[in-house]
Amino acid sequence: MLNTYLTIVLAPLIGSIVVGLAGNRLGRTLSHSITILGVTISTVLSFYVFNHHVLNEGEIFNQNIYTWMQIGGLNISFGFLVDNLTSVMLVVVSFVSLMVHIYTIGYMHEDEGYTKFFSYISLFTFAMFTLVMSNNFMQLFFGWEAVGLVSYLLIGFWHHKESAIEANLKAFIVNRVGDFGFILGIALVLMFFGTLDYAETFSQKDQIIGLTLFNDFSAITVICLLLFVGAMGKSAQVPLHVWLPGSMEGPTPISALIHAATMVTAGIFMVSRMSPLFELSDVALTVVMVIGAITALFMGLLGIVQNDIKKVVAYSTLSQLGYMTVALGVSAYSVAIFHLMTHAFFKALLFLAAGSVIVALHHEQDIRKMGGLRKKMPITYITSLLGTLALIGFPGFAGFYSKDMIIEAVHYSELPFSGWVYFAVVLGVFITAFYSMRLLFLVFHGESRVDKHTEEHLHETAPSITVPLILLAIPSVVIGYFTIEPMLFGGWLDNGIYIDTSHESVEKLKHHFHSAFSLISHSVMTLPFWMMVGGIATAWLFSLYRTEWADVIQRRFKRINYVLVSLYGFDRLNEIIFVRGALKLGNLLWKISDMAIIDQLLVNGSARFARFVGSFIRPVQTGYVYHYAFFMIISLMLVLGWVLVASDYSFYS
Amino acid sequence: MIALSDYLILSSIVFCIGLAGIFINRTNIIMLLMCVELILAAVNTNFIAFSYFNGDLAGQVFVFFILTVAAAEVAIGLAILTLMFRSRGSIDIDVTNTLKG
Repeated sequence: MLNTYLTIVLAPLIGSIVVGLAGNRLGRTLSHSITILGVTISTVLSFYVFNHHVLNEGEIFNQNIYTWMQIGGLNISFGFLVDNLTSVMLVVVSFVSLMVHIYTIGYMHEDEGYTKFFSYISLFTFAMFTLVMSNNFMQLFFGWEAVGLVSYLLIGFWHHKESAIEANLKAFIVNRVGDFGFILGIALVLMFFGTLDYAETFSQKDQIIGLTLFNDFSAITVICLLLFVGAMGKSAQVPLHVWLPGSMEGPTPISALIHAATMVTAGIFMVSRMSPLFELSDVALTVVMVIGAITALFMGLLGIVQNDIKKVVAYSTLSQLGYMTVALGVSAYSVAIFHLMTHAFFKALLFLAAGSVIVALHHEQDIRKMGGLRKKMPITYITSLLGTLALIGFPGFAGFYSKDMIIEAVHYSELPFSGWVYFAVVLGVFITAFYSMRLLFLVFHGESRVDKHTEEHLHETAPSITVPLILLAIPSVVIGYFTIEPMLFGGWLDNGIYIDTSHESVEKLKHHFHSAFSLISHSVMTLPFWMMVGGIATAWLFSLYRTEWADVIQRRFKRINYVLVSLYGFDRLNEIIFVRGALKLGNLLWKISDMAIIDQLLVNGSARFARFVGSFIRPVQTGYVYHYAFFMIISLMLVLGWVLVASDYSFYS
Repeated sequence: MIALSDYLILSSIVFCIGLAGIFINRTNIIMLLMCVELILAAVNTNFIAFSYFNGDLAGQVFVFFILTVAAAEVAIGLAILTLMFRSRGSIDIDVTNTLKG
């Protein structure tokens, strides 16, 4: 099996390197063929691995294959831990990645950086595989940083745009904040467990119970919170979410692949992988749950006021990541992974559909200038509709199962604040339905607001774009129905996830669960269903039936509208405190330590001191030979005289 | 009979004349070379005197070496002087102060 795993990881890397180095010489067709071949190999093997581990209950594979470095007694290795959790992630990542690769052929075909783009997304796929297959914290961190790097490169892919450069810088810096916490957490793991290997760490997890840090803080809570700070950065949880909407400056395929389906879910995966540690700290779990709820509710609200098609989907992604984080908080890790999987499919679908619309309208992203596209772009419309229904949790669709399970899991949770969180996630359903359907109505229904010139040429996009849409629409509809039972209650993920017996949400879920079909039939009696219906109705009311009402409400509730439009002032706050603060600090250091101390005192100061001393000594050097001779003789006489006087020798003996 | 001390006194006087010549002389470099020769002569006198009174020929052999070296040194010194005169048009000591700090 080792060779299989190695091939999965290395195939995209090789493709990326070959195309990255020789892309211009290979030409476009060969470049995308090579990278797509690499990812196809990974995808096929991922399904094979999934079959081996999940369906046939294969043994967990855990092996170091290469010693990366050795520092004292610490071995840092490169190795694979492949269990069911990893297998699920592999399938999701490779499948979405393959779809995005194919889609890119159509989306980027006018772009100059065509081959470079393929090289980057293949590199990303490699990095994501190393992340999910890692068997130790250091390799996890390597993959973590590598996906961050590629994300940075791809957000700034159109580097001639000022806004793209600002956005990728923002993404990079905000992620550094998260990574700082993450690496501190890893350092604490090393400090308390003396190893970075997952299996070794988890096997001695009980010995950390009761240990404290600085005498006051529970060690395990501090570790979990620091690790979660890393997850907050990568998975864009409040307040480190500010980079994700900005990342929409990048090309749409990477918004789908990196900033919706895979990379941003790395934090969710990481916390699930660390479930044995997180289970030890109720405080950390409560924080995780509350942060997730805040993100789910408040980021969803922002989606309502956005007018950029990609921004709406981006805020929806933030909100859904919040849902996953809530699931982690209530110890329903398998539910989080379940939602991660369904979300990866339908959100990638929504992004790619948005990209299809953007391409058809010649890079117009403002939904106020769309409308009525339903007839002109039937495939995009149908797939978007399916994706949207999955997102809002329409009964039977993938998102319905995962979101419903999260809400139920919160309902059964006994953590403090879980009542509030339940309220937030239920309200979130209404908001999700509202902004999603608003987007769908404004783009595809109603009167066309597209300008005349574009309207004439408007037609369905190329097959390389529509085929991935169709292929993603299929799992978006059915995957929830088929996987909910085995994944949540059939033990698919049991060998990767540990749940403490005191956290009973999943147990209770299991107790109340009968079959996937009965969930549908019971859904009409549940609150989330009616919230969703309410959301759809409201969206219809404001975006199709009485469009002028939206303006009236905006005028009437100016304050609230202002708060939402200014994105709760997070950007302003960061600007004032961190950007200006950093500028001031930088100026201060520049003026005091650089200019004053180093330049003036040390560098110029030493030169000035030498000149000062020289001004006293210089007159001695007259340049006349007889002066030198005189000094030589006189000094010689003095030395000889001193030797004579000091020695026992007597002149007169 | 001339005693050893007489030789030593003579050589001291010659040595001091040489030294004084180096210090006091401000006119030209040839005078400097001559003064150096005087100092060497004083040293040679010492060598010969000690050699004679101690009955050790090594001192006198040494003198031959010094004479040879002195001759070579004068030859080189004069050659440098000639070149210096050619490039500067003067061999005054007061002019040769380019080492001044």
